[in-house]
Amino acid sequence: MTTLLNVKDLRAYYGQVQALHGLSFSLSEGSLVTLLGANGAGKTTTLRAICNMVRSTGGIEFDGKPLNNRSTESIVRFGIAHVPQGRGTFTTMTVEENLQLGAITRKDNAGIVSDIERMYAHFPVLKQRHTQQAGTLSGGEQQMLAVARALMLRPRLMLLDEPSFGLAPLVVRDLFGILGKINREDKVSILVVEQNAQLALELADQAYVIETGRIVMSGNAKDIANNEEIRKSYLGY
Amino acid sequence: MELFTNQVLAGIATGAIYACMALAVVMIYQAIDHLNFAQGEMAMFSTFISWQLMQWGVPYWAAFVITLALSFVGGIAIERILFKPLAKAPILTNVAGFIALFAIINSSAGLIWDFTIKQYPTPFGSAPFLGSQLISTHQAGMIGVTVLLLLGLYFFFQYTRIGLAMRAAASVPESARLVGINTSWMIALGWGMATAIGAIAGMLIAPVVFLEPNMMGGVLIYGFAAAVLGGLTSPFGAVVGGFLVGIFENLAGTYIPGVGNELKLPIALALIISVLVVKPAGLFGRHIVKRV
Repeated sequence: MTTLLNVKDLRAYYGQVQALHGLSFSLSEGSLVTLLGANGAGKTTTLRAICNMVRSTGGIEFDGKPLNNRSTESIVRFGIAHVPQGRGTFTTMTVEENLQLGAITRKDNAGIVSDIERMYAHFPVLKQRHTQQAGTLSGGEQQMLAVARALMLRPRLMLLDEPSFGLAPLVVRDLFGILGKINREDKVSILVVEQNAQLALELADQAYVIETGRIVMSGNAKDIANNEEIRKSYLGY
Repeated sequence: MELFTNQVLAGIATGAIYACMALAVVMIYQAIDHLNFAQGEMAMFSTFISWQLMQWGVPYWAAFVITLALSFVGGIAIERILFKPLAKAPILTNVAGFIALFAIINSSAGLIWDFTIKQYPTPFGSAPFLGSQLISTHQAGMIGVTVLLLLGLYFFFQYTRIGLAMRAAASVPESARLVGINTSWMIALGWGMATAIGAIAGMLIAPVVFLEPNMMGGVLIYGFAAAVLGGLTSPFGAVVGGFLVGIFENLAGTYIPGVGNELKLPIALALIISVLVVKPAGLFGRHIVKRV
């Protein structure tokens, strides 16, 4: 399998504070990779560095092309859809407008219209609420909307920042089921940051464990899930 | 009764101008979270440009369109040169920037065209509108042009992709960047549009207040008042606020004894303060409530 995303010796800074200390990992085309770790380990920062939303040094290559020093909005045009922490919903706009915004860089109007219908098929609740202001949706519905908005780009890579945050366990199961389906059927590669390690490891092919800005463990998701020592010392379950 | 109708219609006509100024103020406020104190001076300068074009023999509507285009470009230039570098600066730095811009434009206009009052033509004439004594053709023209402008803007923001992108960039800039919107240029575009809207207001009001570098001072205060009354977060509210302020200003001047022309402004502002005491976000503004 070809490497889609290759991150080498990534260092990121918030002002004077260094948050990532030389982090390296890669993701193959079509795979689902998870970054695990405790609060403050640097998971979110890693995703933000990929989209150049935080000052960083090191190499970030997407499909062989360097992403460093490109603006956030131009990185999106490579086919990288980032669902930020807190979902990034356009709360004052309608559900349908949120979906249209996901496809704002695309020019194929017919494709956009059919993709909106496809999202409604994936997430029927969004169809029921398509004229409603997005801010009035429940947390779970907003997360569905955020994923749908990201898919409207027809991305090659989707970055998800803690999609389970604040959701009821049943809703999380649903959502992860859909993410797995998107990965398999639509061939979208996914990099997901999670605190819910157990669930993320069930879903992922590959996993990396981050601690204080460094990768401390990596491997096949199944192996990590089955290794009691790693689970206990790093993942807390 | 005829006096009442007459005053209401005249209020709607000047209210249309306040609505335009309020809309220009709100557009920039939505984009950069600051009140543009120089909005009126920018409109005044645009109006002088159109006057100069007409002095050179350009017909009214051609001068009108050329002025809109120049104002649009000028607004973008002001944002790129002055306010883009100030984007991350503290509020007071921005306020200083706006005051500087105000002074620079005001003095430049005085230097180029001097401070004497000039007549400004109206393309509509000033005969009674449709033979009625209630309203003049120029006043009807002011209302007509404003309504067309508002409909155009509504269509633009509601049904075009670039309008959608501009709204997104103003409401959640970070998410807008994450769907690929160049938010920095959306802000510049907002400045261009706001400047062009101000130019329309200036060119429509100039036959009434006459052309001179300080012509927009009072108009801008009413425009601010309208924006605050309607709610700084709501373009729709700004427009409604503009018409309300225009009508109230006229009725107060006519019917409240002792108010007359001199006290119209303080009375209008007193009304606005009373509204804000009851509804601090303005009539149509929204308190931003976030789900955590």
